[in-house]
Amino acid sequence: MTQLILEQALNGLQFGLMLFLLAAGLTLVFGIMDCINLAHGSLYMVGAYFVAAAAQAADSFWIGLAVGVAGAAVLGLLLEVALFRRLYRRDHLSQVLATFALILIANEAVRAIWGPAAIMLNPPEALAGPVAFPLFGEEFFYPAYRLVIIAVGLAVATLLYLLVAKSRVGMWVRAGAANREMTEALGVNVRALFTAVFVFGAALCALAGGLLGPLLAVQVGMGESVLILAFVVIIIGGIGSIRGALVGSLIVGTVDTLGRALLPTLLRATLPADAAATLGSALASILIYLLMAGILFFKPQGLFPARA
Amino acid sequence: MAFYRPARWQRPLALGLFAALVALPFVLEAFDQSFYIGFATRLLIFALAASSLNLVLGYGGMVSLGHAAFFGIGAYVAAICQQAGINEALFAFPAAMAVAGLFALAVGAVSLRTRGVYFIMITLAFAQMVYYLFISARAWGGDDGLPLAGRMTLAGFSLAGDRPLFFASLTALTVAMLLFGRLAQARFGRTLQAIRENETRMEALGYPVFRYRLVAFALGGAVAGLAGALLANLTGLASPNLLQWMQSGTLLVMVIIGGVGSLWGGVVGAAVLLGLEEALAGLTEHWHIVLGLLLLGVVLFAPRGVAALFGRRDG
Repeated sequence: MTQLILEQALNGLQFGLMLFLLAAGLTLVFGIMDCINLAHGSLYMVGAYFVAAAAQAADSFWIGLAVGVAGAAVLGLLLEVALFRRLYRRDHLSQVLATFALILIANEAVRAIWGPAAIMLNPPEALAGPVAFPLFGEEFFYPAYRLVIIAVGLAVATLLYLLVAKSRVGMWVRAGAANREMTEALGVNVRALFTAVFVFGAALCALAGGLLGPLLAVQVGMGESVLILAFVVIIIGGIGSIRGALVGSLIVGTVDTLGRALLPTLLRATLPADAAATLGSALASILIYLLMAGILFFKPQGLFPARA
Repeated sequence: MAFYRPARWQRPLALGLFAALVALPFVLEAFDQSFYIGFATRLLIFALAASSLNLVLGYGGMVSLGHAAFFGIGAYVAAICQQAGINEALFAFPAAMAVAGLFALAVGAVSLRTRGVYFIMITLAFAQMVYYLFISARAWGGDDGLPLAGRMTLAGFSLAGDRPLFFASLTALTVAMLLFGRLAQARFGRTLQAIRENETRMEALGYPVFRYRLVAFALGGAVAGLAGALLANLTGLASPNLLQWMQSGTLLVMVIIGGVGSLWGGVVGAAVLLGLEEALAGLTEHWHIVLGLLLLGVVLFAPRGVAALFGRRDG
């Protein structure tokens, strides 16, 4: 049982860190420019495809990851300059419509280029097996690749947190999220700042997509479900807040993973097996939404509101 | 946005459209194209669903990204009624409306405490909960959805075949449009639109803002439930796909294309989107790309919706 809980807790941490990579870009775009980007999940999908294609061509996962992330950054730049710049001043409905259109285009373009079937992305061979730890006198096995994801996720999260919380550019970003007009009036080029944030967000999407690629299937539509999770994260954390995104990601990642792993087992103690399995899986899937509705009910601005 | 006021030419146009729709099945059958009666029925049903969202979004100013929940619940209630041995639409359809409406009442009671983006996201969250609940409910088909054994009966007459369901859907849409048209000009609709324009002021004038919004939200949910029950009869399946957030997005896109807050926005949007799908799917396999580019064009060049291109409907 301890083994199971520890393994699931680590899985939850890993999932939460990947969610943070997605939510960080989303919350800044949302917070600074008040722009709803439903196509953020599509950047994640396209990024994963870029990484998979480049990894196949170069026959190396790490080169593929670097090329794919760079490619997604370029795509983000093009999108920002060509489309998103025109959307900032528009109402939420126009943004929903435009980015919904982008989802349609992205899904179909990927299907046209790479075909409808999921494509495989293999983890680096050196990391394919599990590693063993001593735990209360027993051996505890955990996949090496997942540990690397956790390490990369922690490193990027720390870097991002320092960048936003301590650097000058980060100060502009936070100021832009709190009050855009005032920041502009103080002489910060919010437009260029936003281009940079958007490109950075796109690169983080591709990083998450590439890292998760070997664990999940790289396929059309993979962006939609994860987008909703990223939205849940930034709503829980408070829109525009990096700290909120980090806390929200870890909460959502752990609650979701642990709920799926443990709820059916826990319910079996009180309910018949069949009902426990059904109710357990249903309850586990809606757990994070219940959490979000609950948090919004008591704290309508999220846990760490950026516009205090 | 200003108050909804019907244009002078609207009534004759609506009557003409209604007459054309009544004649449509007979014309299509005469030309041996009865396949298109099914398509037209689908269009009417989505027009009904989009119009119900337009009540919430257009008049009420509530951007709900969870409307598919009510649509899908309607479909499931119809299928569950049949599973329980009740094949009469006179019971199943009102039941679908009641369940969807009551659920909308509950969702609205929680969601309407939030504003703006938070409202969008909390309605989305509730819709996702419903989606996952139905996916895990094995008694109701789980992933595969709950199939209907056949179409239901309406007051004893079977809805099987192209024509009966078409006319049932046409009746539902006509009644709903008459209701929404009256509502928009009645005191309830005026108040609702005034709240959309300036909530604080209406609050200060003593209007129960929350209750007005809640009633509109629940009414929109109930009508969406009716549309869902009709769709389940058309396709013979209550599918969890109806509950997906992309479905809510599609309904939202229909209303935006058609024109938010104009009476015919939902109908025009459903006709344009489904018509485009049908036309483009015949041309190219990758029609989603073309559709996406067209939608981008609408956002950039016709921000008030297609209905607005044909003259202003708002006074």
